[in-house]
Amino acid sequence: MEETRFKISPSPHIRDEDSTQNIMLTVVVALLPVWIAATYFFGFDSIRLVVLSSLSAIITEAICQKLRKRPVTVWDGSALITGMLLGLSVPPTLPSWMIVFGAAVAIIVGKQLFGGLGGNPFNPALVGRAILVISFPSPMSKWTIDGITTATPLMESAGNFAYHELFFGNIAGSIGETSAFAILLGGIFMYYRGVLDYRMPVSFLGTVAILSILLGQDPIFQILSGSLLFAAIFMASDLVTTPVTPKGRWIFGIGAGVILTVIRTWGSLPEGVTYSILLMNAATPLINRYTRPRIYGRGVKANG
Amino acid sequence: MKLLKNFKGGVHPNYEKQHSEDKPIQVLPAPEVVVMPLQQHVGAPCDPVVKKGDQVLMGQVIGESSYAISAPVHSSVSGTVLAVEPRPSVTGRSVMSVVIQNDGQDTPIEEQQNPILKSSDPNQRIDVDGNLIRQAINAAGVVGLGGGAFPTAVKVTPPDTSHIEYLLINGSECEPYLTADQRVMEEYPDKVILGAKLLAKAAGAEKIIIAIESNKPEAIKILEKYAVPNEIEVITVVTKYPAGGERMLIKAVLNREVPSGGYPHEVGVLVHNVSTAWAVAETCLTGRPLIERVITVTGSGIKEPGNYLVRIGTPFKNIVEAAGGFNGQPERVLCGGPMMGLAQFNLDVPVVKATSGVLILTEKEAQKYEPLPCIKCARCVDVCPVYLMPLKLEAFAMNEMWEQAEEYGAMDCIECGCCTYICPSKRYLVHYIRLAKQEIIAARGKN
Repeated sequence: MEETRFKISPSPHIRDEDSTQNIMLTVVVALLPVWIAATYFFGFDSIRLVVLSSLSAIITEAICQKLRKRPVTVWDGSALITGMLLGLSVPPTLPSWMIVFGAAVAIIVGKQLFGGLGGNPFNPALVGRAILVISFPSPMSKWTIDGITTATPLMESAGNFAYHELFFGNIAGSIGETSAFAILLGGIFMYYRGVLDYRMPVSFLGTVAILSILLGQDPIFQILSGSLLFAAIFMASDLVTTPVTPKGRWIFGIGAGVILTVIRTWGSLPEGVTYSILLMNAATPLINRYTRPRIYGRGVKANG
Repeated sequence: MKLLKNFKGGVHPNYEKQHSEDKPIQVLPAPEVVVMPLQQHVGAPCDPVVKKGDQVLMGQVIGESSYAISAPVHSSVSGTVLAVEPRPSVTGRSVMSVVIQNDGQDTPIEEQQNPILKSSDPNQRIDVDGNLIRQAINAAGVVGLGGGAFPTAVKVTPPDTSHIEYLLINGSECEPYLTADQRVMEEYPDKVILGAKLLAKAAGAEKIIIAIESNKPEAIKILEKYAVPNEIEVITVVTKYPAGGERMLIKAVLNREVPSGGYPHEVGVLVHNVSTAWAVAETCLTGRPLIERVITVTGSGIKEPGNYLVRIGTPFKNIVEAAGGFNGQPERVLCGGPMMGLAQFNLDVPVVKATSGVLILTEKEAQKYEPLPCIKCARCVDVCPVYLMPLKLEAFAMNEMWEQAEEYGAMDCIECGCCTYICPSKRYLVHYIRLAKQEIIAARGKN
């Protein structure tokens, strides 16, 4: 026993079982009902877009990491999430090469240029979507359902749509944003697994609802139509690009809600979800800085 | 049912108390050789007062210091001094130590025939003068046995200006695996109560509260029985790590916050561990200094986990042997619990006053992880019991931005390890915060 030497390490010596891969896997699983609903409504296009987008994101990430001489970590699932999110936030008729291009740009510009996972200030999927909208405005706003091209509900008047259609998804739009039911299912699963902070979707959706009442709009229509619900649950809750403080998360959601309402009401774009979140992503470091929690024992008096 | 006393932050690791919580305290025979480090406490190290070849008696002072914040060290056996030399200590550093060959006689030194307390009745009125109690505690070398190792006599002597309203006796034992405090509460409840009353008298505290985590219902039941006639309150706190942290316990039980950089007495509170209370009672009843304590020997890597009364200075080797030896290949040998315990590279180090347990973890329990990039999930922010942003502090430390680390409260970190425990990317958060603290202290020294 004299000769025995043991390994040493700093405390703590035990760790929680949860892992970053688990968190990523949770988001992927949460996206499955959305994808299934999308496939139900849009058929093969849904499979085509999500598979191509995911493959493009994963392969681009691997190539970037090889070029940067960094370990290839595509198994962590984060590139898969970016690919799935982008694939689900485009119209069903988008040509295949465009989605492949969009996913590659999302990974290169949105993520790897900033140092990869954890380093990016902007949500990579939204960067990809923004670039697709700017590059291909027409294919990116061609909404069809059952083969008939229509406008996105947001461009029509609210009265034309029944709430239950908006809720279950039988309407035109980006493939992942049509079924509120499937999105909520995914959100509940993420919340249950401790991956979704309720503060962001609640403050984002709440702000939009309150502002639309003040502006005389139909709040339920505003929430259920367009990509708001999808983005509030799957993109405004992205861990890397949103604040880390509880107070900061409220501010993030409220800010995104205000920007979105301004764009929808007075802007020339039909939809402003992408930009509302990207702008708040840019504000995130500042929000973190000014919402630091009060440290224990600071600001308390002795002999209290 | 009353709501459990809670605090913000903290984590719920597997508690793993089942290995040893039902094992009665066994007396471990004194080893043939004891190693007595001359610094087992916070404060000034002791100077040796014996030399090689000297005969020493059990309880004899072998090291003392003239500084105010210190605690004398006593021989835990009688025998011959083999050496006075630096020896590796549980902290990983070499500490001047007195090595004593045990003659097996346990011949006590004469002074210990003068206990200050005549009766061991826990319900007695403490008539002894507070000063006398403080002197007895000081002479006995009692320090915080919960792991803090702060000299108890100094702690019960707060500045004249402060008024101590509450004495909190800490029976939380929130570290996973450890059950020594639990067994002390269950087996020596009378001594714990008596010690608490002596400490309260010494510090001039008005009320005594014993705080115990909800996962020790037996200890709560037993102590309540002894507490009632003494008007001592037993409060159940939430089972959550680090409920036993001094600052967390004060927040949970009294909803007070110790000022940043300050001490509990500034808000009228003193916190002492149950084992410290037991040691104080023992000293006052027997006149014997602190030369033994109860430790837990546990983990999946040991054959017979249990709770043992051991002499201070007993090498880990003897303790592992007494507990049946290793169960398979040990991955990690710890002094203390898995959250804040210190990893040991061999078994030559001795048990010191603040050693609450020897924990042998297997590979399955102490897995090695490669850190991944931070994904800013903020779980470390959510669990930090002093409300820091560990991810920011880690990033500052990695970039050697010490001033920013200080601005973000690095010095307020209590090093509980919750952030590292919860991190899904398995990052060494608290390790980097410790580094930042060292650098900040070093920079302060230069200015």
